[in-house]
Amino acid sequence: MTSAVSFQKVSRHFGSVRAVDMVDLDIVPGEFFAMLGPSGSGKTTCLRLIAGFEQPTSGSISIFGERAEGVPPYRRNVNTVFQDYALFPHLNVLDNVAYGLMVKGVGKLERQKAAEEALSLVRLPGYGARRPSQLSGGQRQRVALARALVNQPKVLLLDEPLGALDLKLRENMQEELKSLQKALGITFVFVTHDQGEALSMADRVAVFNDGRIMQIGTPEDIYQRPKTRFVADFVGSSNVLPPDFVQRYSGQHRWGSLRPESIRIGRAAKGDGVAARLVSTNYLGATTRLALDADGLRLHAIVPAGAKLPKEGEAVVLTFNREHLHLMDEPG
Amino acid sequence: MTLTAAHAKPAPAVLPRGGGVRGALSDLFWRQPRLLLLLMLLPPVLWLGIVYIGSLFALLLQSFFSIDEFSGLINREFTLKTYGDLLQAANLDIILRTVTMAALVTFASAIIAFPIAYYAARYARGRWKALFYLGVMLPLWSSYLVKIYAWKLILAKEGILTWLLAKLHLLWLLDGWLSLPVVGGNSLSVSSTGTFIVFVYVWLPFMILPVQAALERVPGNLVEASSDLGASPGQTFRNVLFPLALPGIVAGSIFTFSLTLGDYIIPQIIGTSRLFIGQAVYSQQGTAGNIPLAAAFTVVPIVIMGFYLWGAKRMGAFDAL
Repeated sequence: MTSAVSFQKVSRHFGSVRAVDMVDLDIVPGEFFAMLGPSGSGKTTCLRLIAGFEQPTSGSISIFGERAEGVPPYRRNVNTVFQDYALFPHLNVLDNVAYGLMVKGVGKLERQKAAEEALSLVRLPGYGARRPSQLSGGQRQRVALARALVNQPKVLLLDEPLGALDLKLRENMQEELKSLQKALGITFVFVTHDQGEALSMADRVAVFNDGRIMQIGTPEDIYQRPKTRFVADFVGSSNVLPPDFVQRYSGQHRWGSLRPESIRIGRAAKGDGVAARLVSTNYLGATTRLALDADGLRLHAIVPAGAKLPKEGEAVVLTFNREHLHLMDEPG
Repeated sequence: MTLTAAHAKPAPAVLPRGGGVRGALSDLFWRQPRLLLLLMLLPPVLWLGIVYIGSLFALLLQSFFSIDEFSGLINREFTLKTYGDLLQAANLDIILRTVTMAALVTFASAIIAFPIAYYAARYARGRWKALFYLGVMLPLWSSYLVKIYAWKLILAKEGILTWLLAKLHLLWLLDGWLSLPVVGGNSLSVSSTGTFIVFVYVWLPFMILPVQAALERVPGNLVEASSDLGASPGQTFRNVLFPLALPGIVAGSIFTFSLTLGDYIIPQIIGTSRLFIGQAVYSQQGTAGNIPLAAAFTVVPIVIMGFYLWGAKRMGAFDAL
């Protein structure tokens, strides 16, 4: 099967900056693909390479089997939901949504009907006559989505679309986007720096750092079995364990990772384990996050709320199931 | 844990008022912001309201008087007779000529200004931006008259333009153009084409700057969004850039249009002997001593500008503001 989007050794350099560096990537048609990474990691540049706003310095890009180098954005059947929505301020909502059809020469009645349908799809029916400036952030977000979807793109690109929304709205939109993608069957490529968002929404995640892909896999893969220290640290703030520490428990001299929720806290002088001192506690509602100091090694643990906790500064003993200790590819 | 104290003794929660009248005034203005606003607005309001609008009103009043043709005295009775005089063929001709020229100058300025303004708003950064402002403003630093006389030399039969065209073997093009009626003449410096070129040169900065300001406010991602949605560069220009730049173009055209309508120096130095409104006003209030007719002539640009703005508003030129 041809990939929806395929990158072969794609690089994009800006002067001496390697924004994207020898990236290989295959996105399966119909999947929800997330590109996750800190700012400046090259994920947005990758998205812009797919949209056609950037051209690769080297390498080749194909979209559904067709070569895309040198093809301008307006000849790609790919649409983007921009980070700050980029709605046209001089057009009302209906004309914004119908814009793509208008420039393709679709008749006025037909395109307005399609735009109305797209607005219903994003649950904004009857908002057509308003100006973008009269809408809330969440509504603008939906209009931007409708404006892209009305063109029935082969690939929908979303550039941190939920970044500007407040938490509650963001959670709602996450669910909605996910179910919309399932219903429409369009390939979604989603850029985010929020690991929770990437893990909860995507079928597969690519973790970016310094213009390269560190790891591609299912959310479970990425979360449970990070390949490198960077992935372990960036996705869900795992405890990264140095090779000497890992060797004591697994016999292999490699970097390892341990999820904070895998650590159990016990009273000192009770059984064996890693001796540590509780540095601070952070109350997070459903859970409490503990910062621990194990002989100079900083560890984090997450315990359910309501658990009886030692005082800050007290000595504790840490235990964990050895199966939960994950060995990374990086040797010591 | 304490922050390092800069002062020996602890600071009070409320600081004492600044000394003297200034301290008291600062506090007063802070509590009564409207008072400060009133004080700041009073001088300009007096200036605009009395000196500026007032004199304009006096002018308007003059246009409803008439002149006694035998004695040359002004008859201070309200009449529309002077406006009737405006409709005489010779005067109507002057109005038509001026309005046509102003419209052409505005149109040409807009076309020349747009790419320059677009470059400055979209691409020029740092040093290049400074260079752009310098390049646009520099002509405004020198005297208007010097520039016009310089242009007279450039456009004259013995001038550099004729010389350049002769070197390029394109003199036939110039001669062909000059042999045309209305736009032609003995040389560019005594033709309507010459007047047009100098008008465009002199008023161009007044078009570039507002268009550039309008384009600067257009977020770059709107152009990308348009392209992303399938619009070719031409469609993006027509559907996104132009409508969003339109308030700037209208603002600029108010300058170019009204400045051309009122100017009397350029057509006098460069151009034919046929009069423009500004020259008509100048001669009516000076040599002819017909203040009412001069006043009526000045009302024409005001009325035209009024219609122009009304039309622009109806066309939605200010929707994007």
